[in-house]
Amino acid sequence: MALLEIKNLHVSLEDGTEIVKGVDLSVDTDQVHAIMGPNGSGKSTLAYALMGHPAYEITEGQIFLDGTDLVELGADERAQKGLFLAFQYPYAVPGVTVAAFLRSAVNAIRKARNGGVDDPVPVKEFRLELQTAMEKLGVSRDMASRYLNEGFSGGEKKRIEILQMAMLRPRIAVLDETDSGLDIDALRVVAGGVKGLVGPETGALVITHYQRILNYITPDFVHVFVDGRIVAEGGPELAHKLEADGYEAFIPAGVTVGGEE
Amino acid sequence: MAVTETEVVQGIGSDYEVKYGFHVAEDYFFKSGRGLSHELVDAISSHKDEPDWMRKFRHESLDYFYARPLPTWGGDLTGIDFDNIYYYIRPTEKQANSWEDLPADIKDTWDKLGIPEAEKKYLAGVGAQYESEVVYHKLKGELERQGVLFLDMDSGLREHEDIVREHIGTIIPQNDNKFAALNSAVWSGGSFIYVPPGVKVDLPLQAYFRINAENMGQFERTLIIVDEDAYVHYVEGCTAPIYTSDSLHSAVVEIVVKKGGRCRYTTIQNWSSNVYNLVTKRAVAHENATMEWVDGNLGSKLTMKYPAIWLMGEGAHGEVLSIAFGGAGQHQDAGGKCVHVAPNTTSVITSKSISKNGGRAGYRGLLEVAKGAHGAKSKVVCDALILDEESRSDTYPYIRIDENDVDIGHEATVSKIGEEQLFYLMSRGLSEAEASAMIVSGFVEPITKELPLEYAVELNRLIQLQMEGSVG
Repeated sequence: MALLEIKNLHVSLEDGTEIVKGVDLSVDTDQVHAIMGPNGSGKSTLAYALMGHPAYEITEGQIFLDGTDLVELGADERAQKGLFLAFQYPYAVPGVTVAAFLRSAVNAIRKARNGGVDDPVPVKEFRLELQTAMEKLGVSRDMASRYLNEGFSGGEKKRIEILQMAMLRPRIAVLDETDSGLDIDALRVVAGGVKGLVGPETGALVITHYQRILNYITPDFVHVFVDGRIVAEGGPELAHKLEADGYEAFIPAGVTVGGEE
Repeated sequence: MAVTETEVVQGIGSDYEVKYGFHVAEDYFFKSGRGLSHELVDAISSHKDEPDWMRKFRHESLDYFYARPLPTWGGDLTGIDFDNIYYYIRPTEKQANSWEDLPADIKDTWDKLGIPEAEKKYLAGVGAQYESEVVYHKLKGELERQGVLFLDMDSGLREHEDIVREHIGTIIPQNDNKFAALNSAVWSGGSFIYVPPGVKVDLPLQAYFRINAENMGQFERTLIIVDEDAYVHYVEGCTAPIYTSDSLHSAVVEIVVKKGGRCRYTTIQNWSSNVYNLVTKRAVAHENATMEWVDGNLGSKLTMKYPAIWLMGEGAHGEVLSIAFGGAGQHQDAGGKCVHVAPNTTSVITSKSISKNGGRAGYRGLLEVAKGAHGAKSKVVCDALILDEESRSDTYPYIRIDENDVDIGHEATVSKIGEEQLFYLMSRGLSEAEASAMIVSGFVEPITKELPLEYAVELNRLIQLQMEGSVG
């Protein structure tokens, strides 16, 4: 079994509207997968549902991470098992500094991995690790003592998402439109962060509307996502084809896309 | 904040019952009968061997108490059974200045609350009140030599009668309100502090108030005088056992800050949820003096408390930082008052209230600028965080301005913890309780960052406790 196995996943909104309509997908270690799709195709819903957002109900299917089905688990438990979601729109938490937040999150995950027994990261070790990661990602030092996402620019938010990913060292990282609204420098940082993470223990799933980020991360697999389903799959060349020809060729007859996601 | 986080997380799993809610056997030197009377007032005064003017002050005050109706605003006070309360308990015959000299049960209580340890680590002086009397009191010798007075109020009256007589009841008249009158009639214990001109007391002085008996009434009386250009930070904490019937805590705190002086008064109120906490606190700030109230209310059944500052001298500055956390069965009617009497005075009131599990927390405050207080500046910020649908928050910001040349700002916000914000934090591995506690800690951070580290940790830990819903 691959590291992440999504099997026949169906996701509905609270009002019963089905958004994700049967997705099968495997992501293994050392792999980068890209999910590309037009606005309104349900990409973000898929990302939220993987992470366990309470507003999205999984009506059918399974999500296996390292052989454990995540469907019945809360977002905290999924994170503890090694799933990470880089948010398209990260939330602000006034009064809580980036450093304090990261330390709590790192400790929560360490505790879970230590069988529920506290195993706090030594303060010095944490500081050093944080500094190193911040330097690598080009995050200025003062960001550590700013309140999480409060008053951050779009680019700062995305960098901090990647910083969190680097610090939490997930097994599977899902990046939801992390490239949107980024300049080239930031895009390089994000791509570098993903590349630095993916390896013998880790895989990544990059969700995007544009091919742009894929110029910096070459995906091993590309999945075209339309109307809640994967409609085509291929190698990195598929991304270029999409960029050149658009999504129209993949949109089934009778389906309108482009609505609110 | 970063340093405190570990300790906050370590606080998870502890609860009020174990840490504070215990009680020990009563083996007291003297315990009055239940109920209030002029005879009781006489008994208290005789026990303390007080001068006649104080005995008279008490009797007058009791008459004021009888004459005044129960307030009908704020919280519901009709549940207080004044006849069922013990108004005076003297646990030991003598005050100790060594923890070892206390009876074992009482010493154990202080050990459990961590007071002797705190004294060693970061305090300049400690007063520990158990029921009606301060059973332990000590001030660092160095401060004594500088002329700082830090005594329990009864000793203050005995040893510095002239100062007490000059000030008591002048900031808060004995007939100020029903509960100030009650305190004036039956007061016992509390702190008496005098800081001479120019003396800065760097480490905090702390008083800790403990109720042990059921249906106890605790009525400490505190008088603080900070002389010119002097500084003191006074901190008080309080806890009580959990009983099924009610206790009453009604303190009066009077403070004078003279020219150029500064006083900071920090309260971390953590009474069990069967205690009515009805306290009158008022300070007078003279020319260029600064008075700061940092008022954290986490415990009690009902708290009505609005620390006040009268800015009487030109250039005086007042600050009230208030946190009110109302959990299940609790009502925190907290706030602050700033009255600008002199020109070019400034004040800031910052209130953060949190309500949860059907609790009620709010802000009630007064900002007043008298005619002639030109150039007065004030800012009032009240933020409320409501954690669930059953809980309630109220804001009553009274503002009275009788002067044109002023600069007044008022902001109020009400927010709820959003599902999205929680999901975001939980997606990083934090449990729902940890995530909520983090949001609440962040919400009150503008106030906790003002506190010395030890108290910031304590406050965050108590918030964590409240978030687990295990208080009282």
